Amino acid sequence: MTSTQVRAPQAEAGRTRPPRGSRRPGSTRWRRIITPLLIVALWEGASRAGILPPEKLSAPSDVLAAGWRLAADGTLWRHLLDSLTRAVIGLAIGGGLGLALGSVAGLLRLGDDLVDPPVQMARMLPHLGLVPLLLIWVGIGEPLKISLVALGAFFPIYLNTYSGIRNIDERLVEAARTCGLSAPARLFHVVLPGALPSLFLGLRLAFGAGWLSLVVGEQVNAQSGLGFMMMEAREFAQTDVVVLGLLIYAMLGLLSDLALRTAEGRALAWRRGLKAS
Amino acid sequence: MAARPQGELSHPTAADTAADTAADTAADAVVSAVGIVRRFGDAVVLDGVDLRIRRGEVVALLGASGSGKSTLLRVLAGLDSEADGEVSTNGRTAVVFQEHRLLPWKRVAGNIALGLRGPGVPQRTAAALAEVGLADRGRAWPSELSGGQAQRVALARALVREPDFLLLDEPFAALDALNRLRMQALFFRLRGEHDFAALLVTHDVNEALLLADRTLVLEDGRIAEDNPVTLPHPRAQDDPGFGALRRHLLTRLRVPTSPDQS
Repeated sequence: MTSTQVRAPQAEAGRTRPPRGSRRPGSTRWRRIITPLLIVALWEGASRAGILPPEKLSAPSDVLAAGWRLAADGTLWRHLLDSLTRAVIGLAIGGGLGLALGSVAGLLRLGDDLVDPPVQMARMLPHLGLVPLLLIWVGIGEPLKISLVALGAFFPIYLNTYSGIRNIDERLVEAARTCGLSAPARLFHVVLPGALPSLFLGLRLAFGAGWLSLVVGEQVNAQSGLGFMMMEAREFAQTDVVVLGLLIYAMLGLLSDLALRTAEGRALAWRRGLKAS
Repeated sequence: MAARPQGELSHPTAADTAADTAADTAADAVVSAVGIVRRFGDAVVLDGVDLRIRRGEVVALLGASGSGKSTLLRVLAGLDSEADGEVSTNGRTAVVFQEHRLLPWKRVAGNIALGLRGPGVPQRTAAALAEVGLADRGRAWPSELSGGQAQRVALARALVREPDFLLLDEPFAALDALNRLRMQALFFRLRGEHDFAALLVTHDVNEALLLADRTLVLEDGRIAEDNPVTLPHPRAQDDPGFGALRRHLLTRLRVPTSPDQS
């Protein structure tokens, strides 16, 4: 092999452009907002031109105006507060039960044998399909909405708690034992942090399922809440309020996910090193 | 005497041991094991192992792969609750595994301090890190360390417990050849400073002869050979007498002593 043959590819490599990834990520991010803005503009234009009749779909500006009006007279906040209360109580009950039973089944062999089979069977029931039964059992009041949210939140939390505990590296638990850690200390220093990534995943899924259950629950004979506000508006063909309700549901979902991801980023800072390597 | 509740293994108190054996040797041993039997299903992996390690003594445990070296180490470390026999340890023990087994969610310093109590834990942690040459890495996550560094941290985590008896399960086997030599030198230096006894499970005959005061060969579930290594320190592989011991051990392990011989 001669020296020119060795040098040739190097010279070529010097001429090639820097790889795409080396460009600053922020420089082209603005492009991502173009299509959403375009869609909203088209929607507004179509409404103004009379192509979209307001009784089918209101213009974005009308939706904003409806939001302003309902926020000003307090109606929006009352419904939002009712919805949030149901979501928080339901998530707390369903999530708490899921965490407790998932831990019992994940940590104890007896718990696994006794708890897991019925939960796995119940998991196959579509919980929103339980609405007729729940109506008979708990009536049409608050317990119905809260039960639905709790049912929606329970399964993701249970399943991810269980698998998070089960997938912990047994060798780490053993190493902690040789460091003299008692069983409660191993639970705190090894099992809990080891299961945390899985727990966060369960929580995010639970939030999603919880919001979905809330929408369904509030559209079944409610007296308040965002779903009720939308169903009531439907009767008067106020599509601006219906779309407003949808937007608020979406924003609630977005905000809760953002909050959760921020918390996750802080709690799981140690994983950043793993991703980089 | 640290007695661990452990399956069918009985842990006699100091008084019992003294009654069984000569009192002077009992006080001298950091670990003594009598009649260790361990079965996995029908397979008998350990078939009556007797072992005694004196204070400050480094013992290398050799054996073919699958001979039960690691199983024996786990029994001595109190990690195996299904073995039969009698183990008594005298003083603190610590374990270094083949993999570093650091908790990925704790920084290096947090890993070393795991389970430590009492005053001065940060100072003790920092001192242990400095001893393994990683004084500036206490804030790092384990995932940011190289393999050799992680194993040094694992060694520091064991040392900070000031063990009387250190169990090492092929601790340098996963490292590259150069790192392995560095770790062996580090181990020898630390042993001189701390004067712990150690059981070094290894499949590396050279490592055993460089570091150990005594070599054991595990075969068919029993200690088949127990030889002192009388070579003077500092040892090197080209010392007179080293080659003869090496050939003897390799032959005992049924390994060809040179690639020409097969």
